[in-house]
Amino acid sequence: MLTLRIIPCLDVKEGRVVKGVNFVDLRDAGDPVEQATAYGAQGADEVTFLDIGATHENRDTMLDVVSRTAASLFIPLTVGGGVRSVDDVRRLLLAGADKASINSAAVAEPELVRRAAEAFGSQCIVVAIDAKQVTPGRWEIFTHGGRKATGIDAVGWAERMAELGAGELLVTSMDRDGTKRGFDLELLRRIRQRVRLPLVASGGVGSLEHFVEGAEAGATGLLAASVFHDGVYRIAQAKAALAVAGWPVRPEEKAA
Amino acid sequence: MRLAVVDPGSGNLASVHRAVERAAEMAGAAVQVTVTRDPADVAAADRVVLPGQGAFAACRHGLDALPGMEAALNEHIGPRARPLLGICVGMQLFAERGLEHGVTPGLAWLPGEVAPMDPRGPDGKPLPLPQMGWNRLDISQDHALFAGLAPDAHAYFVHSYAWSGGRPEDLLATTDYGGPVTAVVGRANIAGTQFHVEKSGLTGLTILANFLTWSP
Repeated sequence: MLTLRIIPCLDVKEGRVVKGVNFVDLRDAGDPVEQATAYGAQGADEVTFLDIGATHENRDTMLDVVSRTAASLFIPLTVGGGVRSVDDVRRLLLAGADKASINSAAVAEPELVRRAAEAFGSQCIVVAIDAKQVTPGRWEIFTHGGRKATGIDAVGWAERMAELGAGELLVTSMDRDGTKRGFDLELLRRIRQRVRLPLVASGGVGSLEHFVEGAEAGATGLLAASVFHDGVYRIAQAKAALAVAGWPVRPEEKAA
Repeated sequence: MRLAVVDPGSGNLASVHRAVERAAEMAGAAVQVTVTRDPADVAAADRVVLPGQGAFAACRHGLDALPGMEAALNEHIGPRARPLLGICVGMQLFAERGLEHGVTPGLAWLPGEVAPMDPRGPDGKPLPLPQMGWNRLDISQDHALFAGLAPDAHAYFVHSYAWSGGRPEDLLATTDYGGPVTAVVGRANIAGTQFHVEKSGLTGLTILANFLTWSP
């Protein structure tokens, strides 16, 4: 059985880990290389870096972080934030990222997803979808860290991204992010009904039960940040909660 | 020992390179790793790793675009009888053909073909594709590559196409995704993993370390 993936997400700014509550109030929390390696040793199934406020100037800083992380982390590493071109994807992959996550640039230019998938294969192209509920039963895409509305229906967008060659969708609820109220399960269910791709749920984890709910809603990966960074839970606790609820998880292995 | 990692075109082989170096430390082996598109490096290598990502046809065409590479690989595994490890699409290329947007001939090292998956859950509903994530290895035949693995070892898979129609004696391990899916094939001095050994944590590094010390 394919196991549920537990994915800690590190927000990185200028080469340092920060973390956000509703995408504001960032505070420095350390070295991304050390943290990623520590999560790998804790049994994380993947690690995601999100380059917060990525700019042209600090791109090389992020590539250096990716390169140093990949030298000691032998599980998949996804990197998102500021990925705007096929060249940006290429640089991340060459630095050692396994997947590149495209967000705002996909909205600005959907064909970028197709071109990147054709160049490197769908397996390394993640499309990140930041969605906010606007009326009952309707979610729309927001970009630029949740500040910019696009009017695009999130579920239809997910389908379109699948058609263009995305290999995975990272679905973040802007309503739930930072609230600790759990994933937006209805949003996940609706995307799952329409799209066959692997689905990573993001935004809102505050308790162990929330991981189980995400799996039940159809997510194949469960991403969380603050509950892990703050030491509220360890990766193994999230896996144990899933296992008790009957979901397959990868057993702990001795650190590599 | 000289080890050549053949780059069939994607260029994204940093992970494989680093994992081989880490595995060499684990195995206590002195390994000189070269990531290469030059058949002369394959001719000079004691061991070869053939990775591959993306589409079967793209990897096949990538190899074809390297003059002399297929001949050098055939020489390596045939007359020179040296070990070779295929990873992901690199393993799939061992087959006679790939069925992805038409038929593409493989290297035909083993009988079998690579066909689209359509995994279904117990309720008949389609399972997500690609299979992306960690799945358990169900070992069909004991093999030197599996030495020291935990009984419930898991590996990291990313694929929408799978090996089918091979010989039972070439099937070394499967994984369960809506039924058994080929995970490792091998015969004599060649072996290939559908999963990414370089991204499969200690399990993957153990298999790589075993490959470095394998005497088929």
